[in-house]
Order: sequence, then C-alpha cells, then structure tokens
Amino acid sequence: MKLQAETKTKSQPVTKTGADILIESLVEQQVDTIFGYPGGAVLPIYDALYRSDAEFQHILTRHEQGAIHAAEGYARVRRKAGVVLATSGPGATNLVTGIADAMMDSLPLVVLTGQVATTVTGTDAFQEADIMGITTPITKHNYQIQSAYEIPKIIKEAFHIASTGRPGPVVVDIPKDISANPCFETDQSPFHLPGYQPTFNPNPLQIKKLSEAVKQAKKPLILTGAGVLHGAGSETLLEIVEEFKIPVTSTLLGLGAFPGDHELFLGMAGMHGTYTSNMAITDCDLLINVGARFDDRLTGNLEHFAKNAVVAHIDIDPAEIGKNVHTHIPIVSDAGAALKEWKRQMKEGPQDHSAWLEELHYNKQAYPLWFNSPKEEMVAQWAIKTIHDVTKGDPIVTTDVGQHQMWAAQYFQFRKPDRWVTSGGLGTMGFGFPAAIGCQLAKPEERVIALVGDGGFQMTLQELSVLQERNLPVKIVILNNQALGMVRQWQEEFYEERYSESLVACQPDFVKLAEAYSIKGVKIESKADFENQIGELMSSDEPVLVDARVIQQENVFPMVPPGRGINDMVGVKPK
Amino acid sequence: MKRIITLVVQNRSGVLNRITGLMQKRQFNIESISVGRTEKEGISKMTFVVDVEDHRKLEQLTKQLHKQIDVLKITDLSDKAIVARELALIKIVSNASVRNEVQGIIEPFRAAVIDVSKDSLSVQVTGKSEKIEALIELLRPYGIKDIARTGLTAFSRGQQPQAAELTQYSLLK
Ligand SMILES: Cc1ncc(C[n+]2csc(CCOP(=O)(O)OP(=O)(O)O)c2C)c(N)n1
Repeated sequence: MKLQAETKTKSQPVTKTGADILIESLVEQQVDTIFGYPGGAVLPIYDALYRSDAEFQHILTRHEQGAIHAAEGYARVRRKAGVVLATSGPGATNLVTGIADAMMDSLPLVVLTGQVATTVTGTDAFQEADIMGITTPITKHNYQIQSAYEIPKIIKEAFHIASTGRPGPVVVDIPKDISANPCFETDQSPFHLPGYQPTFNPNPLQIKKLSEAVKQAKKPLILTGAGVLHGAGSETLLEIVEEFKIPVTSTLLGLGAFPGDHELFLGMAGMHGTYTSNMAITDCDLLINVGARFDDRLTGNLEHFAKNAVVAHIDIDPAEIGKNVHTHIPIVSDAGAALKEWKRQMKEGPQDHSAWLEELHYNKQAYPLWFNSPKEEMVAQWAIKTIHDVTKGDPIVTTDVGQHQMWAAQYFQFRKPDRWVTSGGLGTMGFGFPAAIGCQLAKPEERVIALVGDGGFQMTLQELSVLQERNLPVKIVILNNQALGMVRQWQEEFYEERYSESLVACQPDFVKLAEAYSIKGVKIESKADFENQIGELMSSDEPVLVDARVIQQENVFPMVPPGRGINDMVGVKPK
Repeated sequence: MKRIITLVVQNRSGVLNRITGLMQKRQFNIESISVGRTEKEGISKMTFVVDVEDHRKLEQLTKQLHKQIDVLKITDLSDKAIVARELALIKIVSNASVRNEVQGIIEPFRAAVIDVSKDSLSVQVTGKSEKIEALIELLRPYGIKDIARTGLTAFSRGQQPQAAELTQYSLLK
C-alpha cells in the first residue's frame, strides 16, 4: 500500500495552473496582503490561494469597493502597491470608483480582475464586462492576459508601473480559462518597457535656477503636495526650511509632509485654506511647488492665482507642469530627489525677507481659524480638535468626504508624514472607513482613526464585518450632523437655504449597528461626555465606533466661493 | 490650429482606443487618423491630424500622449518639411457618355479610374488633402455616390531645410 502511494505521488507531475503562476508572481513581488472578493471568474485563483502555502493574507471585505479603498489606505501609508482581487463583471465594475480615486490621487494599486473565458469573450457571456474598455481612462495602464505564459512578466510590469514614476492603478484582467488551465512554460525574462522611462533625478541646471530665484526672492513660499510624501522628502524639506526660513503652505493631500505645528507652517491653502496661506500665495514673489498638481480646489480662479510670483514647479509628471499655471522654472523630478539636490546646491537663502516673515506671522496671529463653540453642545471642529489633543501620539487619520474632511484638514495638525489619508482628487464618499482598515493592516502597531460623516459612513459600513472578524482596533468617529453637511452648506450659501435632499434625520441607531457586529458603540451628545470618554475610547485595543452628535448648522470657513480667486474669501474673522 | 502628429506605438490590443480615448477626454478634436504597421514587428505608426486651440494645449496633448506606456515616440510634423499623402476612392454617377469628360478632369490630378460599371465609375487619387478636396469638388456635379478616404499619413523628409525656408515645405502654413 505504502509503496503504491509513493509511486502515485511520484508519477503525478506537479502541473501548475495559470492561477498558481499568478500567486507565485505575487509572492515574488513581496505582496503580504490582498484585498478581495471571490466569484465565478476568479474561482481558479481563489483555489490556488487556498492550496498555496504562501505567507500573505487575503482580506475578504464585504463589497469590492471596500476592498479597493482598503488597498488605497494600505498603499498610502505603506508607500507600496496595494493589491486587489475581484471577479469579472459586477465584481470588476464595483472597483471602478476606487480605481478612479487612486488614479486621481496617484496611489499605486495592482488590481486583478477575473474575466470570462477566452472562448466566450465578446459574446456577452454571463458576467462579462469590458473592464479594459471601462478602465482605460482611469488607469495608469491596463493589461488583459492572453496566455499564462506571459503572467510572470506582466505582473512584474504591473507592479513596476504602478509604483514608480507618478504612481497609479494598473488593472490586470485574467480570463478564467487562462487561470484554470495547466501551464507548462512561462516567460521569466526581465521586462522591457521602452515607452516607460520616468525621470527620477532633476536637471541640476534647473535646480540652480531655483536656488538663484530663492536668493533674489523677497517673498518666497513653498507649497507642498503629496509628491513630497511619495518621494519621502519630508526630512530634507524640513532641513531646507529651517536653514533658509522659507514659509510653507500645503495642499489637502500634502498635509503631514511638513510639521503642522511648525512656526513656518501657514496651514492648508485653497478653497478652505487659511487666510494666511491664501494671501501668501497671492502676494508671494516666488512660489515653489513641490509635488502638487495645482488642482482647482487649491488654485481657485486661475486669473488671481500667484499673479506676482515666479513659479517653480517640481513634479515627477511632466504633464502637470504648465498644465494649469504658467511655470517659469519647470523641474521634472521625484520630489525627494529634487529636494536633496536643492539642498546640496543652495548655499544662500533669501537675502532679505524678514518683512515677509513678519507679515505672515502677523496674519497667522490676526486671522486664525475660528469656530463657534457653545457651552454644552458639540461642533465637529471642536470634536476633531479634541481628538487631536488627546491623541498626541500622532495617529493615522483617515477621513471620508464632506465638511468633517475639511475640518480634519484644518484642525488636525499632522506632525509626521503618512498619517493623513483622504480622498482628494475624486472626493469619494465611502472612502474613509475602508481606507482605515487598509491602514490598520498596513501598520498593525499604529493607532488608526477614521473620521467620517454620517452620510459617507453609510456608503461602506458593511466593512464593520472586517473589524469584527479580524478584531482590528480601528476607531470610527462619526461626526453625526444628521445631514449631508457639505451639500447642506452649499445649499445654504448658494441656493437660498433650499435644503434639497440634504437633511437626513432618518438614520440607523449607530450604536446598535456596531453592537450587531459585536463592536463597542458609544453615542456621545455633549462636550463634557466627549471630553471624559474620548481619550479612553481612542486608546482602546479593540475596535470602537463613536456616534458623536454635532450641531448641524455649522459651515466650513473660511471659504473661497466657486469661481473666485483664492484671495477672495468669506468667513475670515480677525481675532 | 491644425497639427499633424505621428505616434510610434507598441501594437498591443486596445492601443488605438487608449489614444483616441485620451484625446476625447482632453477635448482634442481628431480630424483624421491613419494606422499601419511599420518595418519593425509589433510596432505600428499612427498619423493624426488634430485641431488644437493653442500651443499650451498642444504641449498638454503631447505630454499626455507620452504618458501612455505603449507610446514609444511622438513627432509633431507640423513645423517640419514633410511628405504627406492621403488616398481617396470616389465613386460617381456616370454612363458611357461622360466617361471621357471625367478622364479629362482627373488626368491633371494623376488619378486613375479603377472600376467602371454601367452607371458608375470609381476614381482613385492620392495626394495632399487639399488636392483630394479639389478633385472631389470637380467631380461633385456628376453626382457622388460614395467616398472613402484613408486620412493623412506622413513622415519627415530625408533632408530638413534651414528653419527660414521651412514654411514653403510645410503643409499647414
Ligand atoms: C460618492 C459620492 N456621492 C456624492 C458626493 C457629493 N457630496 C460631497 S460631500 C457630501 C455630503 C457628505 O455628507 P456626510 O458624509 O454626512 O459628511 P458631512 O459633510 O456632513 O461632514 C456629498 C453628498 C460625493 N462626494 N461622493
């Protein structure tokens, strides 16, 4: 018997399927986490996962959108490609929002989608969707695998493209027969991408021009974008700023690239930026954009943007330079590399900019951010500030989209990079909570807080199951104003208070909802209770959901009304 | 302004869709496209005639095209001395009585009759787009039944004249 069994194992050749090859390729890329959801077209891949003894974990979210936002959060704080796996048709189309979001915010993702078998492609087969066609405009690149032979090479290319240059999502579409069938030979040759050669290092001559411009500037200003984070340039930036005393403002996504509590930090700029930052952009004579893309939420009406300034723009994507704002000193480079070269070259800072620093310092004191704070009831700004104050340990904060997002950007001072995860370019409601799951898995040691609105949370709250299942200690704080707050604010300001479909009094009992998932839920209605409880809640080892009841009528200020220049702000209050 | 842009691309599935989609998304108006293989295996060449507003937009277009992984090379031929040709097939109403007359019209265009039937006649012409348009206008009175045009294809001349002389060679100036 024994002998027979032995011969049997021997005589059976180990035939690998395309799916096995795929898993091996992922292991080779040092993938440690996959976010996914199974279905017909990926059954062979899920079977290979089951059989594989690879080390990585698969996180079963409860909706594909949850999977991809989690992968985005993971990618953002780990600075490495997030991996997503979903089935064909509806599985793949459920990813579309997240793919577009990652494209806008330059997040590296490798998105694996199942596809119907090649034998029925193009016949409107069950669960067939043209995901290549659908995702072409919202991916950095996409592939449909034509044979298992090319899997290793395409996976290598996909990871390379996703995570180098300006990062972005890459979709790899895998027909079911290719993943299911045995595969005897694969292409192990190194990849060759002649059409993809991103510039990494700056042209030193351009940096020289920048250093010259700094020397001459009387009113220099640095604007940081997410490029500083992608390029790991924060330390160099801080060194430059401290040595040459150049003030710093930031985009929404660039927060944390420079310490938020630094005396030379002016706060975020743009639609809900600080008065000091927006006026600094308006008045500066040298604007040094490091890794931001001059998005319209930052610039406001371009006719009034940085009109007095020589503009230097460091960007790894040449297409961003000169796209919206005329640029005098273009520098195509990784932001980190450019900052290093700049620091190496710059011997002298601005010759005479003390008046500028004084002016900005005065503005910071005279026109700070402000909010009304009644005695007992909470406003969201106060709640966010309080969370900031009690979690001095610099947690990772994710947000959803809306008023609470802007308030978090305003009142949570990020001192370190990669602590701030928000959907900027696409403004995707439903992002914040699953993104926090991804962050927690990427950084198990860190404290992760999801600040969400009652509207957005309800878009992806099914992922509470993941917290329950994995006991992930994510802290969810719902800033519950019983409204789609940002919509309500615009209706108040620009539509004569016609609150069309934005006041949502009907909502679930969030505490019971949490409890339904065996998660601790707490409803807090007063400042006193919040102050008493929040510290402990935020430092718990378990997942926690806080339903923080905040006043509905609050608006995000200051604000640049749409179409106006960023110097034209409403809601600025002198101290 | 009209520009002639050629792209050398990897001949992967979806590449045409990628390029035209990009142009549509960024609101560039495509006047014509022609695509064909090159002397190298797996490499194709596309020739676009596009209408762009100004130089800034043009720069955006070429930069965005550069970002496409499958695009190997982009050349804006508009300011170069080039050889550019388009081919058109024109089917007109005709009977025996007008055939000679038509022959006389097309001869200076070095066009050829490539198909004749009882009541129609097909002409093939190659040249710059203006030449083709001129011939179409001359044939229009006979009654045009059908037209098929390839769109422009082009490359730069072997020898490039000095900048000062360029305009006379350039197609668009
Ligand atoms: C998927 C999606 N749908 C709609 C919007 C438009 N939108 C922007 S903010 C907002 C309101 C968000 O309300 P809530 O989540 O309660 O947050 P709040 O503004 O009250 O803080 C809406 C509907 C969006 N950004 N994303």
